[in-house]
Amino acid sequence: MIKVLKPGLFSTIQDLGRFGYQEFGVPYSGVMDRQAATVANALLGNHKNDAVIEMTMMGVSLEFKCETLICISGADMCPKLNGIPISNNKVLQVKPKDVLAFGRLLRGFRAYIAVLGGFRTEISMNSRSFYKGVTLKNQLIKGDCLRVKTFEGISTNKNALLKVNLDYLTINEIEVYKGAEFDLLSMAQQKRLFNSNFSISNINNRMAYQLNEAMENDLRAVITSPVLPGTVQLTPSGKLIVLMRDCQTTGGYPRILQLKESAINCLAQKYRGQTIAFKIT
Amino acid sequence: MSKFKPTYKRFNEKAILIEWPFEISETILSDVLNLKKKIENALGYRIIEARSAYQSILVLYTDYIFDEIHAIKELEEIYNSMSNAVPSQSKLWKIPVCYHADFSLDIEEITQSKNLSKDDVIRLHSEAIYTVYFIGFLPGFLYLGGLNERLFTPRKEIPRRQIEKGAVAIGGNQTGVYPNESPGGWNIIGNSPIDFFNHQKEKPCFAKAGDRIQFVSVSLKEYVTIKALVKSGVYNLESEQVV
Repeated sequence: MIKVLKPGLFSTIQDLGRFGYQEFGVPYSGVMDRQAATVANALLGNHKNDAVIEMTMMGVSLEFKCETLICISGADMCPKLNGIPISNNKVLQVKPKDVLAFGRLLRGFRAYIAVLGGFRTEISMNSRSFYKGVTLKNQLIKGDCLRVKTFEGISTNKNALLKVNLDYLTINEIEVYKGAEFDLLSMAQQKRLFNSNFSISNINNRMAYQLNEAMENDLRAVITSPVLPGTVQLTPSGKLIVLMRDCQTTGGYPRILQLKESAINCLAQKYRGQTIAFKIT
Repeated sequence: MSKFKPTYKRFNEKAILIEWPFEISETILSDVLNLKKKIENALGYRIIEARSAYQSILVLYTDYIFDEIHAIKELEEIYNSMSNAVPSQSKLWKIPVCYHADFSLDIEEITQSKNLSKDDVIRLHSEAIYTVYFIGFLPGFLYLGGLNERLFTPRKEIPRRQIEKGAVAIGGNQTGVYPNESPGGWNIIGNSPIDFFNHQKEKPCFAKAGDRIQFVSVSLKEYVTIKALVKSGVYNLESEQVV
């Protein structure tokens, strides 16, 4: 078992998501940065869908009550085990009473903690991903006790090597496809989209990232239609909204761009004030 | 063969969007639901799901689509081989709604702007039979068609930060029930004591696309009783089979 001493700013349990329930209006959810979570699980020899802790901007502090293996990935939040700095993307053995904590955010925005066998929290609709109204909890709080698999003492993957490319944490290029309503845009609007930068507003969370700059917009709303994480909507005010993993299942604004899957991971590591540039793929 | 000619577009790495003409109609709905079912049967485990809305289906594949032209052709063939919509089994659900002043926060704005009495609003709202087009926005939020034109009311200029679970509301030419607390800009005229979404049930929503809904006006006293029955899991929502 692992005890949450401090929950950080906003920390949740996530796996790859909840699929097959959109007909009831249930969002996909799942880790914002799939690359980071996948790396941490792979290094531990876990299943790719094993649940991890997702931390936003500020890390958690955990006390281990058992022996196990962990791996941290994604943003660099200066992780420390019992006060001693440790590295991301490395498998570490921990023992009872060890304390894992985090410091300053150096790079990226969301970091992940994976544990051998994954966190064994409640499964609702085939997924452990926290989502209000679907799981009982919607974020970790102080005192939470998280169940993990019993450690057998054999760590076959402890020395696993995996070259991790971390460039995506810092690049500002966001690769996109044309969205379903892209062709409704004027030439001037299309130029504006690809020839200038956009900055991330203070409204950015697991549901969506709103961008600050408004562009001219005379498009009418469309009939409510399906959207996906990574769909870029053009709102009546001319501002762009990039939908993220917890986004609603349908929307009524023109879908002008669609992020590549890898670009969603990239955007998930950005925060307020940072700029991005869309690049058509 | 159907009379529509839907369009097919790649949406992202793993999804293809099928679209019908930009209009809301029951003919399109039955075509959409018919094709959705055919796609699910034909593609099986190769898709994660086929999601429908008013006039579109998003087909989400399990794997990366390497051959887009082939995938689209396959979908077109499924559509073209489709016989006319077999009327599927649908249900008419009778949804209790309490229009008491405690809940109907915005009903006066509607009565004043429309020159209707409160009773008129309740009668017009509860005599109509609505069609469930799809579930979206929030878990358990039904997109309904069939609101009487006399009740069309623009969304509020400033949305409420918090709308109560069960709030029955009108926004533009639509009406709906908020399945959970949420921010929202629709005009609230009542509240329903039943659950529209329950993640612990095998069927998290009682209704599905293609079903019908009718609102039944209940008193505050009945509302409280139904709410208690719902809470203890013994309330049976009334429904009848329709073709």
